Amino acid sequence: MKETSGGIGTAMLRKEDPKLLTGENKFVDDIHVNGELWMGMVRCTSAHAKIVSIDTSGAEAMPGVHSVYTGKQLADMELWAAPLPCAWPVTEDMLNPPHWPVAVDTARHVGEIVAVVLADSRYQAADAVEHVVVEYDYQKAVASIAAARDSDDKAHLELDTNKAFHWELIPDPDALAAAFENPAHHVIADFTQQRLIPAAMEPRGVLAVPSPMGGEITLYSATQVPHILKVMIAATTGLPEQKLRIIAPSVGGGFGAKLNVNPDEILAVTLANRLGRAVRWTETRTEAAGSTHQGRGQLQHIEIAADENGKIQGVRAHLDADMGAYMMLITPGVPLLGSFLYTGVYDVPAFGFSCDGYFTNLTPTDAYRGAGRPEASYAIERAIDILAGKVGIGPDEIRRRNYINGGELFEDHEAASTLIFDSGHYAPNLDKALEIAKYEELKAEQARRRESGAGKQLGIGMCTYVEICGLAPSRALGGLNYGAGGWEHATVRMLPTGKVEVVSGSTPHGQGHETAWSQIIATKMGVSSDDVTVLHSDTALSPLGLDTYGSRSLAVGGVAISMAAEKVIEKAKLIAAHQFEASPDDLEFVDGSFSVKGTPAKSVHIQELGFAAFTAHDLPDGMEPNLQEQVSFDPPNFAFPFGTHVAVVEIDEVTGGVELIDYIAVDDCGVQVNPMIVEGQLHGGIVQGAAQALWEIAIYDDDGNPTNPSFMDYLVPSAAEVPFMKTDYTVTPSTSNPLGVKGAGEAGTIGSAAAVMNAVVDALSPYGVEDMDMPATPRRVWKAMQGGAS
Amino acid sequence: MEVSMTVNGSARSADVEPRTLLVHHLREELELTGTNVGCDTSSCGACTVHIDGRSVKSCTMLAVQAEGAAITTIEGLADTARANGSSTGEMDWHPMQEAFQQCHALQCGYCTPGMVMAATSLLGEKPNPTETEVREGLEGNLCRCTGYHNIVKAVLSTTGGAS
Repeated sequence: MKETSGGIGTAMLRKEDPKLLTGENKFVDDIHVNGELWMGMVRCTSAHAKIVSIDTSGAEAMPGVHSVYTGKQLADMELWAAPLPCAWPVTEDMLNPPHWPVAVDTARHVGEIVAVVLADSRYQAADAVEHVVVEYDYQKAVASIAAARDSDDKAHLELDTNKAFHWELIPDPDALAAAFENPAHHVIADFTQQRLIPAAMEPRGVLAVPSPMGGEITLYSATQVPHILKVMIAATTGLPEQKLRIIAPSVGGGFGAKLNVNPDEILAVTLANRLGRAVRWTETRTEAAGSTHQGRGQLQHIEIAADENGKIQGVRAHLDADMGAYMMLITPGVPLLGSFLYTGVYDVPAFGFSCDGYFTNLTPTDAYRGAGRPEASYAIERAIDILAGKVGIGPDEIRRRNYINGGELFEDHEAASTLIFDSGHYAPNLDKALEIAKYEELKAEQARRRESGAGKQLGIGMCTYVEICGLAPSRALGGLNYGAGGWEHATVRMLPTGKVEVVSGSTPHGQGHETAWSQIIATKMGVSSDDVTVLHSDTALSPLGLDTYGSRSLAVGGVAISMAAEKVIEKAKLIAAHQFEASPDDLEFVDGSFSVKGTPAKSVHIQELGFAAFTAHDLPDGMEPNLQEQVSFDPPNFAFPFGTHVAVVEIDEVTGGVELIDYIAVDDCGVQVNPMIVEGQLHGGIVQGAAQALWEIAIYDDDGNPTNPSFMDYLVPSAAEVPFMKTDYTVTPSTSNPLGVKGAGEAGTIGSAAAVMNAVVDALSPYGVEDMDMPATPRRVWKAMQGGAS
Repeated sequence: MEVSMTVNGSARSADVEPRTLLVHHLREELELTGTNVGCDTSSCGACTVHIDGRSVKSCTMLAVQAEGAAITTIEGLADTARANGSSTGEMDWHPMQEAFQQCHALQCGYCTPGMVMAATSLLGEKPNPTETEVREGLEGNLCRCTGYHNIVKAVLSTTGGAS
């Protein structure tokens, strides 16, 4: 049995679990109100089409149908004040054509909404959608990044280019040019980051409930970002922000796909407000391929210049990135989040990065677990394996030769990308991973199989990643032209009965905030974690916050909670000193109790002081009643978790099938609050990254039609495809925050795609295979083994 | 159409549209929202319930096809265990629910009800499965959070086979 209460460092069982294990909790689709209307979305069936006419009469005549609105009608109703927002215009001249909740004249991707049905039931809405007749004038679709870049077709007919922006980061162009002048070894590699469907298990959904007399609207949404959504809905609709309340009830996973401002959210709010009735919608899984943003979608070019020993002299990278049809909330910023990481964990004297963002007639892209960083990690970690081959040394040795500070402990290292890495200690982390993996034994087994022609070849791949998380210092975000700050807000209050209420601005969707925040309070304040309740995910309870993405909850929000707890302790100390008639400087605080130094017998527990602060009968002169403090923490720097992942694959020489047979991950996310939760995050992240390497790809035909939008064809792995993983840790505290914490939510995904593909390529090296596109399907692998193109 | 079934031990009758999926009947008519819907192709298993003791994806059948059946959903699982004396732990739950919490086999919890129902049914068919049998037995239930590591561990732990 595990602990059910505890402080920082305890593998405490989660407080969230009982309601989730019994079906008691409520996801959006579980919540109903009287008189609600169901939205049914009429979605464009072509990737690019002008809307000639829409006949809604058939649908309007159907049973249970309340009304049908076309994009034109909605535009005439002036339901919105601005298009859907992009909060990250990465350059001054970035193209950002308007993205309306419902297409007015032209639809630009399969799944874009062209009309909305409102009906009394889910089934009636679905029926009516089928009876809306839309006449289209089909246009040529731009169905890939290459087409956007190289063809004359335009994703937006009114633009004369598909290129939305060019962004670059070349801190020292002269040094970069010099590094690439006749290098002893020159790696030139191109990789494709295929589009991925995020596929959180809970589909997105909304329920907007109006209060017609008061003018208020409550929006329940399956969102990661209720606070950001509130600001953005106010800005987009023109509704007064103080009249909006956003609630993210239980949210069934997000992985970035639930951090947007979506057409359905705007539609539900504005139609509910207009009609005075509750309006709801839940996407179907197949619909989600067009109604929820996708991830990745990049063509990468990376070069490494190195001396004869493999010591890196310079790295330069260029991306062509697929924005999809429109800029959504942070679409153009995703490549930038990765830009700083193309140097990996290595000491790179000269660095350059550039990115062109292109519009296509495909579902918009945006953040997906890792958001730019898995892509960067993949490019540098694949490329450094290629460098190892050129130098003629092993993948472990090439990494050791290039680690920042020789792999020894460092703090506050300025990288060539201009970022300051908070802390790192890379060599021992690699050592530990190779030891757990029994690397030498694996290599011997591989050699044995290669010699005997065993039928199943072994591949061993590693990835030594670093990532940026703890998003983010507000000034740094401002420097990147991001439209918001990166602070997080927390309130800690001691209730009259000595229980603690924490209000969290970061918003969970599976991460276990209620548990972890209770542990922080337990350690800081010396109370039982059972005595702590965490309020979150409702803008009426938690008015200030910047929510959950970018592995930021603990490193920013958790730190804010810790700091607010310290302020409560400081105030409580003044009350205790007053009661003891002592100077606060003479008091010590141990395990929740204040006592005068040297006389521990006389003490008062902080939970007893809640009542004194509440009655306010005898507080120090001038002190306000109550024990409640709040903090907005703006981190001085990002946090940089790192780790070594080792993947072992077996490749069937007859079928080309790849099996992931072992996976070793030694991660360093700094100080851990709940090791059980950290391990779970890593497991899930690893499988998500491995899925990119081996199974998942959102495929579009040349006309921009999705060919595998459902779970029948989009291969989210099951338990049968993956092995038990071996996880372990090193602990290098962050210097970016007082808890020394980093972040673990995306680390698994950032490390695993590269590790798995390095293993696949390693297994195929006897066949002369040097690279392979993801996913490494049996067909691709088999063809590569026959000497065909990968 | 009138349809009657026993759900979590109670007789429930309702007038439903013939095309109503069982999962929608359970969730919206009977207000048992613990059973979730994660896809529209019967691929993900979030809607798994027990019908006459066997796991069924409740999105693959119509409510009227369950006429006369005995259905157990996640809301009734602990009661089932209590009734047959197999409940465990402080919560007095079904051993599989207990194991899922102890092994941290859930994160967002959306796949969890279906996963738990599928796992208990699997053990009904194979009381002492190997790791491979557990993995293959749960192939019809998708989870995006856990990488399945702790789910498989939880299932094996209930048979004394945990690593």
